Amino acid sequence: MLRYASMRIIGAIPTLLLVIVIAFLMVHAAPGGPFDAERVLPPDIERNITHAYHLDESLPQQFQRYLRGLLHGDLGPSYRYRDYSVSELIGKALPLSIWLGSLAMSVALLLGVAAGLLAALQKNTFFDRLLTGVAMIGISVPIFVVAPLLVLAFAVHLNWLPAGWSSSSGLSRYLLPVFALALPQIAYIARITRGGMIEAMSSDFVRTARAQGLGTVSIVRYHALKPAMLPLLSYMGPAIVGILTGSVVVEQIFGIPGLGRLFVLAALNRDYTLVLGIVILYAVLIILFNLLVDILYGLLDPRIRKR
Amino acid sequence: MSALTALQQLIGQVRGSRVVLISTGILLAIAVVALLGPLFSSHSYLATDLDRRLLAPTLQNGQLFGTDDLGRDLFVRTMMGAQVTLLVAVIASIVSLVIGVLYGATAGFIGGKLDALMMRAVDALYALPFIFLVILLMVVFERSFFLIFVAIGAINWLEMARIVRGQTLSLKEREFVDAARLIGVSSFGIIFRHITPNLLGMVVVYMTLTIPQAILVESFLSFLGLGIQEPQTSLGALVNGGVSQMEQAPWVLLIPAGLLAIVLLCFNFLGDGLRDLTDPRGEMQ
Repeated sequence: MLRYASMRIIGAIPTLLLVIVIAFLMVHAAPGGPFDAERVLPPDIERNITHAYHLDESLPQQFQRYLRGLLHGDLGPSYRYRDYSVSELIGKALPLSIWLGSLAMSVALLLGVAAGLLAALQKNTFFDRLLTGVAMIGISVPIFVVAPLLVLAFAVHLNWLPAGWSSSSGLSRYLLPVFALALPQIAYIARITRGGMIEAMSSDFVRTARAQGLGTVSIVRYHALKPAMLPLLSYMGPAIVGILTGSVVVEQIFGIPGLGRLFVLAALNRDYTLVLGIVILYAVLIILFNLLVDILYGLLDPRIRKR
Repeated sequence: MSALTALQQLIGQVRGSRVVLISTGILLAIAVVALLGPLFSSHSYLATDLDRRLLAPTLQNGQLFGTDDLGRDLFVRTMMGAQVTLLVAVIASIVSLVIGVLYGATAGFIGGKLDALMMRAVDALYALPFIFLVILLMVVFERSFFLIFVAIGAINWLEMARIVRGQTLSLKEREFVDAARLIGVSSFGIIFRHITPNLLGMVVVYMTLTIPQAILVESFLSFLGLGIQEPQTSLGALVNGGVSQMEQAPWVLLIPAGLLAIVLLCFNFLGDGLRDLTDPRGEMQ
């Protein structure tokens, strides 16, 4: 197991480096300098600015500097917010996004697994068909359509919940964003859980357990649940990507000052260093999460380790 | 089995599937209205009219969907948006299809070390968080149609390459490949003339599943303001515009959002239905 885990960890490093190199090169291949949009500066001042941002060094030198900074958690200065470093800006925005993301993920797991299990145990009944249909809608309709519709229904029309983040405080302002973020994941998780459970319930060991006279509850609890959950575990990687991209949209719609909103603002302002920093952070999060899932998978399913 | 009979078989099976027929019908209807609708309207998608801002949908004046915050006709704009969204998705899917099929067929046919190397490269790329790199691409370079095609195509070809390679591995053991080799057809000729046509049925099925993904990426980018730029529009860009008006004029949001949802839903039902028909056990995944 230790060998398997360390192989996985070593395998993740090239991916991470690849992302950093691609992202870094992309930003530096940008036509024109970061300050071109501003008024023409006297050559002396321009030289000073270029020097202050180390833009006068060669590309490998700049990359080396960036990588060294990265290892110390320093992502360089922001091009737009002159008084802040990228790390400071990210540090201010990140906690809120982590909160939102983990709340949404917990809600999605709870509701999705429950719905999927119920549907699987009542396969081909009305409830099952209804759930499969609703899940298809949840999977197909993108979050930037669902979230405004939720606002329109619950905030504008019914006036039950606040529409914006800043216009209220307390728990109620979490409800809509978290639910909007969780909704597509609930659909995916329900579908995967249903599939996994149906497969597990039709396997030989469940038939044997049934022949021994075990009730449905014990069969699910002691025999079917674990193998049924394995496909769900491998979905956790894509799920984190879904939550991250979803949070970009949700934070934009609700005006939540988190990482996703910072990312969009930085992208629209062409704040290269900030966008670069956030892309790398997202990549690190995704790769770490995938790594964790891989290792957990190896722990739960010994067959994987042998390969 | 020649390509033609494979396709005929698929069409024969489609006749029996209600889900596939209904979703194809709705999609075709949307495509036709999106293409022809603007021709029958007296409004242009560009003309602003500040006296007629945020008008509710009405039969008068032919403004079926009302107007937006600049007084532009929403019917024409929604149809233009649907055209752009469908066009981007179809072209991006064709890009990913061409790259994916050629790459996958080559790796699968040649096999050995080259295959291992090519598939390792796909695995490595697969682990990249592409959507964020695409956003970065949109930030850094001039936003153009061309870039959007390339960006979306670059994401989607990986899955296609994997599926095609798997299929090619089994196809190349078949007799007709031996026969072609016997009469002296080159490797390239075999891949191009004998393997690729046999992949057609499966590739068509898989493409109906990549199109909604391409639509999602395009509308996601446009929603954030990083995709299709004004005065051009797409369904995602229209939804973005609608969000800022939804309290006074909900239809500005509801109409493009509804259309986008229907298009995506139909493509997903179509793709799932076709996959179930050709591959009942879902082995392609």
